[in-house]
Amino acid sequence: MKLLDSLRFRMAALFQRSRINAEMEEELRSHIEHRAADLERSGLDRAEAERRARVEFGGREKYKEECREAMGGNRIGSILQDMRYSLRQLRKSPGFTIAAVLTLALAIGANAVVFGVLNALILRPVNVPDAKSLYAVDLTNDAWESYPNYLDLRDRNRGFEGLAALGLSQVALDTGKDPSRIWGFEATGNYFDVLGIQPYLGRLFHPSDERGLNSAPYIVLTYAYWHSHFQDDRGVVGRAVRVNSHPYTILGVTPPDFRGTFIFFAPNFYVPMVNQDQIGGDSALNNRERRGVIQVLGHLKPGVTPERAVADLDTVGASLAKAYPKENARESFTLGRPSMPSVIGRPVRAFVAALMLLAGLILLAACANLGSLFAARASDRSREVALRLALGSSRNRILRQLLTEALLISLAGGSAGLLGSIALLRRLDTWQPFSGVPLHVPVQPDANVYLVALVLAVVSGLLFGIVPVRQVFRTNPYEIVKAGSAGRVGRRIAAREILLVAQIAICAVLVTASMVAVRGLARSLHGNFGIDPNNVMLVETDLKISGYSPASIQPMQRRMIDALEAIPGVEHVGLVSFPPLGRGGSWKANVFRDETKDLSPSNAAANSYMYVISPDYLHAAGTTLLEGRTFTWHDDKGAPPVAMVNREFAAKILGSSSNAVGKYYKVSDGTRVQVVGIVEDGKYLSVTEAQQPAMFMPLAQQDPLGEQWILVRSARDPQQLAATARTRLRALDAGMPLDIVLWTRELDFSMFSARMASVSLGVLGLMGAMLSITGIFGMAAYSVSKRLRELGIRIALGARRTEVLKAALGRAVKLLGIGSAAGLVLGILASRVLSFIVYQATPRDPLVLAGVVLAMLLLGLVATWIPALRALSVDPLKLLREE
Amino acid sequence: MTDQAQLLPGTLDLLILRAVSIGALHGYGILLRIGQISGNALLIEQGALYPGLFRLVRQGLLTTSWGTSENNRRAKFYELTEAGHKRLREETDSWNRLVAAIAAALSQQPEEA
Repeated sequence: MKLLDSLRFRMAALFQRSRINAEMEEELRSHIEHRAADLERSGLDRAEAERRARVEFGGREKYKEECREAMGGNRIGSILQDMRYSLRQLRKSPGFTIAAVLTLALAIGANAVVFGVLNALILRPVNVPDAKSLYAVDLTNDAWESYPNYLDLRDRNRGFEGLAALGLSQVALDTGKDPSRIWGFEATGNYFDVLGIQPYLGRLFHPSDERGLNSAPYIVLTYAYWHSHFQDDRGVVGRAVRVNSHPYTILGVTPPDFRGTFIFFAPNFYVPMVNQDQIGGDSALNNRERRGVIQVLGHLKPGVTPERAVADLDTVGASLAKAYPKENARESFTLGRPSMPSVIGRPVRAFVAALMLLAGLILLAACANLGSLFAARASDRSREVALRLALGSSRNRILRQLLTEALLISLAGGSAGLLGSIALLRRLDTWQPFSGVPLHVPVQPDANVYLVALVLAVVSGLLFGIVPVRQVFRTNPYEIVKAGSAGRVGRRIAAREILLVAQIAICAVLVTASMVAVRGLARSLHGNFGIDPNNVMLVETDLKISGYSPASIQPMQRRMIDALEAIPGVEHVGLVSFPPLGRGGSWKANVFRDETKDLSPSNAAANSYMYVISPDYLHAAGTTLLEGRTFTWHDDKGAPPVAMVNREFAAKILGSSSNAVGKYYKVSDGTRVQVVGIVEDGKYLSVTEAQQPAMFMPLAQQDPLGEQWILVRSARDPQQLAATARTRLRALDAGMPLDIVLWTRELDFSMFSARMASVSLGVLGLMGAMLSITGIFGMAAYSVSKRLRELGIRIALGARRTEVLKAALGRAVKLLGIGSAAGLVLGILASRVLSFIVYQATPRDPLVLAGVVLAMLLLGLVATWIPALRALSVDPLKLLREE
Repeated sequence: MTDQAQLLPGTLDLLILRAVSIGALHGYGILLRIGQISGNALLIEQGALYPGLFRLVRQGLLTTSWGTSENNRRAKFYELTEAGHKRLREETDSWNRLVAAIAAALSQQPEEA
């Protein structure tokens, strides 16, 4: 109450300022008039009486100021006064002001963007009720879980209220018109109940809907899909649709603010996992080895700590390993955030943290930059400060005014930066990097972002505003007024120079980091992945979804391959289960040495990538066969099992890559497989992975594929080729859903994270470079302007141009050198961190080193160019006349 | 001039309260009243009165109103509030105690010599 009153009083005082000032003026005048009248009565003449009255009254302005202070409300008044004064000062040097505001806008903008991402991806909880106790059950080896294992975990754990499971699936949804393949989740019946999600429309599915395999032909749409594809038609509930040509019923719609638990992936629909057979084309519900459950999640029971829940899960895992040794290695669990699977979450978190660190460095560099600019300004204004001190202003008041100036700049820069970052984040939020896949980065800025930007602005304002404080405190008015403008104190420059070196070092770190990143990206784009994606078109189909029986699949595959090979201009056609580096992921299987007897997972020699291929796949994919032979159509069920393996596989499992052809290894069902060919190494899941073993099995010896990709290598125009391929395949089956895409385009998907990383690092490096330009420029320009007179004299005395330059800029160049060297060393150390994220990021690359040195040299040259010109164009006559 | 005493810090407020306690006065009037009741024994610069007045107004011890002075000029008049009366009594008491104590201390004869 008291506070409110005092606030009201102050505000009133503030707004009534002019009225109060007028009243005060009138009151004091009235006093002096009364006094003058008295004096006049005592015999003085009018003029003398008035003079005496004024003298007796004393310093009117001083007392008015004291009165205002006595009234309170004065603090705001004096702050306003400071602000007006600061604005005047800043307006007087627009170049400085603009440079400072821009620098800060960039630095704070960068921080706000990175924080916005950090906030959205890591800090913000999933949008479900009671998100705090919601955990994902992750395996410590990042593997997925199998459905039977999930059931055991669900029923036997004692730490969770309930456990739901989630799988990813793509279905052909036919609503009567325009059948399309869309992405969504297959979820266990308890999914919505575990999360506590209420329907927006109709109802959601529940455990009671599940009565065994394919018993729940229901589909739940998400609000976004319903909104965009059904135009908010409330009559969809209960409507019959076809999912992969099976009849399904639309049960309901999820609420608008629920976009699934994964942050990057917004699904279009939910279907019950028990119908996996119809949805995915085959069912892994009874197969403990097929790990198709991408996430298990649930709320912890009240009072159960994550540690206890993990210990409990581990006991279940141990008993599963004991009961099913063939299928389960001993599993241990961790609890993770449900927003990202741990295999993605860990690198994303590490990367965003690294970015935040770099952005913080940028802000620090900007503060060092502005700090040295402010120090330079303050020393230029030392005469003014001295005068004000001599006239009775308090040091506190002068400091407050300097800080006001710094804060004004930082707030202006901060709001500009924030506006920019909001625009950028909004763009990023609506950005869909891949058409067809509901993948996006939800980074809508919120109050947290605004708050952080504001705090950063104020803190950085104080940080660089404080730099000249010592200077003001040490100012001795008499000395400075006596000495005139040429007076300077040596140590003051030193402090500024340290700031500059620090700033250049930070910038060099950023430049190094971005060089490393850009170089890594260049290498990853031109690296050897064991494939040649140029001139290759991918045709994705799923024969199981299209309704083919297992027996009819392989003949159909051969007909499709033949039809595509018959297209003029087509060189090779190969069929594969999943292409390497594709978005469909990859199969992996445990492999055993030939002499291994006990084929339980813990005895596996390796968990190898596995590709099921047609005979001509290697040519179509551009993978080189190093030794041995490729497959023929005769490698079928009647022939002995064979495989081709990559060099890594040969070296790791067969002992050596040189004479591996003809050797045997075992797969988990005990089959002995003979190696008939060795192919070159490649990248399989992501371009940043370490070298992995891979094996290739002939199509005709394996179980029929559901999803399949056909590679068509041809130099023909891709669009024409795609159209021709479509008509040829439609001629075989008119109703088959087909996706045709360029392989290079498909690879963008696996390059995505590496590219994003490189681009963001590159941008930060660019900002670092800009900051070092402004920093060096400021320093060089200042030192030239300070020493103009000296330079003039040197020129007048006949100094040569090089000597003048050395005198004017020698110091700046030296500082640049020291800073860059320090930054380079630091940058190399820091790049070890980067190499975890950016493919082939090695700082010990001579090109990177040369690049950094060259970049810093160029930056120095650009930044000192104008000051150097100014130093050279000094006209001694004019200068000496001016003084 | 030489028999005028410098004001002790803090005592100006007390004098103002005392001066106004007799009746509403404008600033110059307060100054004259202080001179009158102190027998012109105190020396203050005239302007120094005003910060004190504003301070007392802010503390709620005085209220102000504009009016016309005895020689027909517009002037701002000050008057004691209830709180002002109370404060004057308290301050007077404590002042008297202080003076008595100091006086007693000063009039004490030293034990020896």
